[in-house]
Amino acid sequence: MSLSTDDVRHVARLARLALSDQEVESLRGELSDILAYADKISEIAAADVPPTSHAYPLRNVYRDDIPQPSLPADEATAAAPQAEEGRFRVPRIVEEP
Amino acid sequence: MSVAPDASTQAQRAARDSGVEQAARFEAVIGLEVHVELNTATKMFCGCAIDFGGEPNVRTCPVCLGQPGSLPMINVKAVEYAIRLGLALGCDIAPSSQFHRKNYFYPDMPKNYQISQYDVPICLGGQLEVATADGSRRVGITRVHMEEDTGKTIHMAVHSERGAISGRIHGAEYSLVDYNRAGIPLLEVVSEPDIRSAEQARAYLTELRAIVLALEISDAKLEEGSMRCDANVSLRPVGHSVFGTRVEVKNMNSLRSLGRAIDHEIARQTELLSSGQPIVQETRHWNEDTATTSTLRAKEEVFDYRYFSDPDLVPVEPDSDWVARLRAELVELPAARRSRYAAEHGLAPGTAALLQSSGLAGRFDEAVSAGAPPAEAAKWLTNEVAAWCNERSVDPVTAALPGAHLAELTRLVADGTLSTKLAREVLEAVLAGEGSPGEVVAARGLAQISDTGALGAVVDTAIAGNAAAAQRVRDGNTKAIGALVGAVMRATKGQANPGLVNELLQARLKQAGER
Repeated sequence: MSLSTDDVRHVARLARLALSDQEVESLRGELSDILAYADKISEIAAADVPPTSHAYPLRNVYRDDIPQPSLPADEATAAAPQAEEGRFRVPRIVEEP
Repeated sequence: MSVAPDASTQAQRAARDSGVEQAARFEAVIGLEVHVELNTATKMFCGCAIDFGGEPNVRTCPVCLGQPGSLPMINVKAVEYAIRLGLALGCDIAPSSQFHRKNYFYPDMPKNYQISQYDVPICLGGQLEVATADGSRRVGITRVHMEEDTGKTIHMAVHSERGAISGRIHGAEYSLVDYNRAGIPLLEVVSEPDIRSAEQARAYLTELRAIVLALEISDAKLEEGSMRCDANVSLRPVGHSVFGTRVEVKNMNSLRSLGRAIDHEIARQTELLSSGQPIVQETRHWNEDTATTSTLRAKEEVFDYRYFSDPDLVPVEPDSDWVARLRAELVELPAARRSRYAAEHGLAPGTAALLQSSGLAGRFDEAVSAGAPPAEAAKWLTNEVAAWCNERSVDPVTAALPGAHLAELTRLVADGTLSTKLAREVLEAVLAGEGSPGEVVAARGLAQISDTGALGAVVDTAIAGNAAAAQRVRDGNTKAIGALVGAVMRATKGQANPGLVNELLQARLKQAGER
C-alpha cells in the first residue's frame, strides 16, 4: 500500500507534528513500507478469520472495587515539568487570536 | 445521527414559500447525550478512591496519571452498573464489547486520550417512556457505553497589578490541572432523535435521573456535574422525514437550563430558516447568564479522535448467568413505582414523581410499611424533609430518618401529642440525630398540652392580661381572638393544643358576654 503526500500531511496534522517537505517524503516511504508489512496478514487471513484487536485469548480481566492507596500528593506532581499549588501547570491551551 | 445536506435547504425553501405562522411550520428534532458519574468506591481503571473536595491530585496514581508502563484494569462494579442501567432501559447487553482510545489534545487527560467505548458499546437499543402534559412518548435509546471522566482545569490569566487569577480559557496565560476526577467511571446514555420539544427533553432527563437514582448507581446531581446533558437540536419542515442540520448545545447544568437552552436554540434556528439563512453545523455553548448560545466549535473543527481499540484492555464479555442474575435483582423502576403508589396508596402522579426525584421514595416505602398513613408520609417527606435536606445540602438518601421514625411522628400528630408546629421541631431534631420522635419529645419536654384543667388556668391569665383584646372578642370581633391565642402559646412555649385553646377561649368569652 502506498501513501500519498496528503495522507502523510493529514496524519501529521492529527498528531500535531510539523514536518518539512523532506520529512514528509521520507516518512511517506517508511509508513508505506509498514503498511505493506501489515498487509501481509491479509495474504494468510481469509474471510473466515475474523479480525481481532488483541493477541491473547483473554476476556473479562477485572479488578474488585476496593480502594488502594494513591500516590502522596507531592509524588503525584514530582515528575511534572511545572506544578503550582499541587496542580500540574500546563502551557497556554488556546493561542491568542 | 445522520445528517442530510439538503434538509436545511428544504427547510429554507419551505420557510420562504409559505405565509403561515413560522414556528408552526417547523418541527424540532432533538437527541440527548447524558453522562452519568458512577458512585463506585474506586475509579474505572485503577484503585484510587472516589471522593469530592480535598487537596488537588491526592487521589491519583501512575495509572490515572498515564505514567509510562502503568496498566489499566477494569473495575467490575462499573461493568455491573452499566449492565444494570442497560437492563433498566430495555437494552440488549452486548455479548462482547471493548474499550477504545479516544485521542485528543487537551490536558484534562494526562494520557492524551480518554478510554471510552466506540463501535461495540456494552448496551444497545433500549427505550424510555416519557410522560408530558401532551401525553406519553417513547424515546429510543441508541446505546449506553462506559468511559472515564476527565480532570479539572483552571485557566490562569496574569494581570500586571493583581497577579495570576483564574478565568476563561481564552486569553489565559497557562492552566492548572487536578486529576482527582480523571478516571472516575462514567456511563454515557445516547438517545435516538425522538424528542420534539424542550418539555419532552426535560421529562426524558427527569425520568432517566429517577431510574439512575432507583438503581443507586450515581447521585445524579445536575448542578454538581455528576449528571451532565448535551442536546443535539435540528429543525425540519413539519411532515418531512429528512433531518435538518444539527447543532450540539453544551453546558446545561439544571433541568431548567436544559429547557431554556433548547427553546432558545429552536427560536434561533427558526429565525435563521425563516429568513432564508442556512444552519451551520457546529457545537454551541449555553450561557446561563445571558440565556443565549454562542459558537464553541465550528464543523471544520470537529475532532478526528483517531479511535483505536485499547491494547491494554481485553474485551468485556459478561456471561449470560451474570446478566440473568442482575436482571432478576433489578429494583422496582420509577414508572412501576408510580403506578403502584397510585393504585395502592392513592398518591397523585406528581407526588409520586416528587418522592422519586428527591430520592425519598425508599423512605416513603419504609414509613408506610411501618404504619404511617401514605398521604401523611408523602406530605412530610416532600415538604419538610426535602426542604431540610436541601437547606443543608444533605443527600436525602442518607438523611437520618428511618421509616419507623416518620411513622411514629405521624402517630404522635394523630393522637394529639404533637401539634403540626411541634412535629416540625421534633422532625428537625430527629434529622439532626437526636433520636426517635418519642425520645425527642421526652428529652425536650415538647408534648402538646391537651389537658383542659392545665390550659384553663393559662387561658384565664391570658384574658386577664389582654383585657382590650378580650373585650373586642366579646363585642363580636372574632379576629381579635388571635392575640389571646398568641399569649397562651407564648406562655406554653408553643405546646398548647391550638384547637383546645380556641375552644376554651371562645367558651369563656361567650360566658363572660352573656353574663
